[in-house]
Amino acid sequence: MIRLSTPLGAEVLGLRAGDRVLLSGTLYTARDEAHLRILEEGFPFDPVGAVVYHCGPVVDTERNVIVAAGPTTSARMNGLTAPMIDAGVRALIGKGGMSAGVREVLTGRAVYFAFTGGCAALAASCMELAGCYFPELGMAEAVWEIRVRDLPLVVGIDAHGGDLFADVARGVRERYDQLCL
Amino acid sequence: MDPLLFERLAQAVEEAVCEAEIVLPPDVEAALRLAAERETNPVARGEFANILDNLLKAGDLRVPICQDTGIPVVYLTVPPEVPVTAGLYEAVAAGVRRATRSVPLRPNGVDPISRENSGDNTGAGLPPVHVVPGDVLRVTVLPKGAGSENMSQIRMMLPSEVAEIPRFVVDVVMAAGARPCPPVVVGVGIGGTFDGAAALAKEALLERIDVMDAYEQGICDAINALGIGPMGLGGDTTALAVKVKRGFCHTASLPVAVNVQCWCCRRGVREVVL
Repeated sequence: MIRLSTPLGAEVLGLRAGDRVLLSGTLYTARDEAHLRILEEGFPFDPVGAVVYHCGPVVDTERNVIVAAGPTTSARMNGLTAPMIDAGVRALIGKGGMSAGVREVLTGRAVYFAFTGGCAALAASCMELAGCYFPELGMAEAVWEIRVRDLPLVVGIDAHGGDLFADVARGVRERYDQLCL
Repeated sequence: MDPLLFERLAQAVEEAVCEAEIVLPPDVEAALRLAAERETNPVARGEFANILDNLLKAGDLRVPICQDTGIPVVYLTVPPEVPVTAGLYEAVAAGVRRATRSVPLRPNGVDPISRENSGDNTGAGLPPVHVVPGDVLRVTVLPKGAGSENMSQIRMMLPSEVAEIPRFVVDVVMAAGARPCPPVVVGVGIGGTFDGAAALAKEALLERIDVMDAYEQGICDAINALGIGPMGLGGDTTALAVKVKRGFCHTASLPVAVNVQCWCCRRGVREVVL
């Protein structure tokens, strides 16, 4: 298991699709609305070496606690991701994988981590709430700054064009053609 | 409706939702553990480790297993001495509102066109309540998340296509890929009417998933041969189970509905003491 801490640098370039990683440091949640807002107004945090988490958490705002924070489907952000990487973001976290276009954008610069869908309690158990940007977007769409310790991830798309989701999908199509039903 | 009965039913619904959100049924957890033990793909083994760790954490912290707490689909068995009145439905809705605050649940219920959120997981037609006669007043809640529900399909097949049903089910799971958070549970409704097939498919998701008949097992094996694996990252288990429910249909019809359910196959049951 590889351990990484934010801010991330060139060490992400050494990762390969399928590697398992424990990530510590700071994450920023961002879904569709937050991406659009960042494109309009700029980043409310320093994007250099940052990690963007595709997540709409359940937050107890009275006690300032993350209650549940599993990943959302990353593909919705396919068309909004290039400016994030251009600004220096080194890693994305989400579920389900991203497009071939994003794979090209990541090449030589950044990686996409898959976090297990539905594992909201596990995520929350290693997270502390550190801040909130764009709160007017609502709980699910706001940017939450989160301190995380040892979040268990797998490299879905690496910085060399390696894409576990694409590899699996290719194998699935081949095996489907061989099915006897 | 008798105020005491209203209160007891509302409380039972609140408790059933709470149980469903925080603790998986024993048969579902057993199916996940069995799949984890049998898994040979190292990435998939890691995904199963996260899923099982997540179940422990949800139970310890008393928080929902998944942040998509779904919409509550409610099934009631109603004994002869309980009248089926509007009050029965109001008590169920009251229980859902209470659970939204006490668990807490994510407010997921919106108007389908304006997308305005009611804030309490109730609204016109929400929660859906299915009533059948029974010996006791029993509440069963199935919280249904959107990621898997959105991958579900129905097809009005031809009566001559009975042999093609397994392929249709496999096609639905294949098209869904990583999106419904596999390993999935697949509810299949065969027969009935257009709407009835979908209802059968959802009811199939309420059945124990640690037993399958030969027909169900055959479809399940075909799905698992695809190798989509947990979260679409590859692996031996894509489906934990396939569950089929059948109903008589028109001689000229063959409705088949496939309701996809993520690994978080939740159900909560409470009996109301009358």
